[in-house]
Amino acid sequence: MQTEIIIAGFGGQGVLFAGQVLAYAAMDNDLHVTWIPSYGPEMRGGTANCTVIIGDEPIGAPIVKHPKAVIALNLPSLDKYEPLVAENGILLVNSSLIERKVERPDVHVVYVSANEIAERLGDKRLTNMVMVGAWLGASGVLDMKAVQTSLKAHLPAKHHKLLPANYLALEEGAQIARETLAQAA
Amino acid sequence: MAKELLKGNVAMAEAAVRAGCEAYFGYPITPQTELLEHMAARMPELGRAFVQAESEVAAINMVYGAACTGKRVMTTSSSPGVSLMMEGISYIAGTEVPMVLIDVMRGGPGLGNIAPAQGDYTQMVHGGGHGDYKTIVLAPASVQEAIDLTALAFDLADKYRAIVVVLADGSLGQMMEPAELPEMQPLKKQLPDWAITGEPGRDRRLLTSIYLQPEDEETTNIRLQRRWMEIEANEVRYQEYFLDDAEIVLVGFGTAGRVALSAIRHARAEGIKVGLFRPVSLSPFPAEALRLVARKAKAMLVVEMNAGQMLNDVRLVTQGACPVDFYGRMGGVVPLPDEILSEIMRLARFTPHDLNGHTRAAWLDRLEVVRGAK
Repeated sequence: MQTEIIIAGFGGQGVLFAGQVLAYAAMDNDLHVTWIPSYGPEMRGGTANCTVIIGDEPIGAPIVKHPKAVIALNLPSLDKYEPLVAENGILLVNSSLIERKVERPDVHVVYVSANEIAERLGDKRLTNMVMVGAWLGASGVLDMKAVQTSLKAHLPAKHHKLLPANYLALEEGAQIARETLAQAA
Repeated sequence: MAKELLKGNVAMAEAAVRAGCEAYFGYPITPQTELLEHMAARMPELGRAFVQAESEVAAINMVYGAACTGKRVMTTSSSPGVSLMMEGISYIAGTEVPMVLIDVMRGGPGLGNIAPAQGDYTQMVHGGGHGDYKTIVLAPASVQEAIDLTALAFDLADKYRAIVVVLADGSLGQMMEPAELPEMQPLKKQLPDWAITGEPGRDRRLLTSIYLQPEDEETTNIRLQRRWMEIEANEVRYQEYFLDDAEIVLVGFGTAGRVALSAIRHARAEGIKVGLFRPVSLSPFPAEALRLVARKAKAMLVVEMNAGQMLNDVRLVTQGACPVDFYGRMGGVVPLPDEILSEIMRLARFTPHDLNGHTRAAWLDRLEVVRGAK
């Protein structure tokens, strides 16, 4: 088993941290995992993305051309990765910032108004966790409880007061993904 | 110790700290800057020396001086920065003092870019500096291996009064993987009997790379050559994957080896008998082991993130025992598993008996097709 996810957005949307949360959860569950950021000059004030590869044997290539899932937090990310996500893969779209629809018919699409949900939960910085939750709900690769446990284990204690809101963000995202895919099926 | 999620650059830096590195000199350069940053934080808090030099030329000469004290010393850089260090490296080799250098390679030649590449193979393995010297070169392919080889590098440097290079690339420096750091080692108490310590009253010790009498310089060279033969006999390291029944053998180091492994798993799923030979010590090169593999193989495919720098060594070692083909990407492009998979399929369909010396020209033609398809 190997699965790949690319998380893409602009700087400040918590793209790199979102990927690290998944990497921690994979590690804590004795899976192999590689997290790698885009670190080119474009990261300064522009788009940011990271690739997370999770598997049950040592990870080979650290980058993939056709990931099984993509989280697109803004329009440039959707434009870049819609053509690349694997056939029958999952495309998770932050519909708060992306007005257009996905054109490809051969991928599973979940629209999540992540910014609105995050603000309703009290902190717009939760946007990334809503989208991570959506991937958890759509892919089923990692267990929700396991991710929450890892988040608590690796978040510095001074931030632990933010945990309940993060848990809610993950769960709301997962709920939306499950409902969307159930309707589509 | 428990596994942590560690970035390659940070992991190598902390591994050096725990191996007892007492002095670090460097100059920032992407994609290895986090390594220097970690040393900047850790070394002063442990009461050890950290200097951000004014250039790579200065840094390597500071290493040279510090290495003469017999303490564990290190510098790190990335390709263009390492090029600048070559004069100092030759001096350090000529003076026979131990040091560790981590090179997190990036795209070149020239200023190039900051993307992952393997274009420093020749520079490090065959010596970019003048004179007859060799460095031990170790090539990790994962964050855990980067930690392990960094620790090993200090032991080998001390043991052989050698320069040991950990040859990583940008992706390895930037990636995070679960890995386990070793325990903190106690600092060296016993200094070697050649170390310059400023001790009054004892016999004078001299460390130098100047031997004005050619016969004296030749004596030194004989000593270096003898010592290298000892290293060749004792310090060869490599990893083998799926080689038991392999008819096609891929040869790749570091990140190229990892990418090749992904392709091999796909090919195996299609029933193709293909395996991987991954040199870990690029210098000394695992010549004997590779020769044995070549005798059983129908064909070899060398995969690199350069224009075939290791290919030359593989050919030299295998001496025509089987055809040796090549696939590489250059300039900071990391090959994708699909590209290597189609190379495996090509060799599985038709294995040429003789490549007639046109390996590179044919590879460039195929590469242009791959690039055109994008």
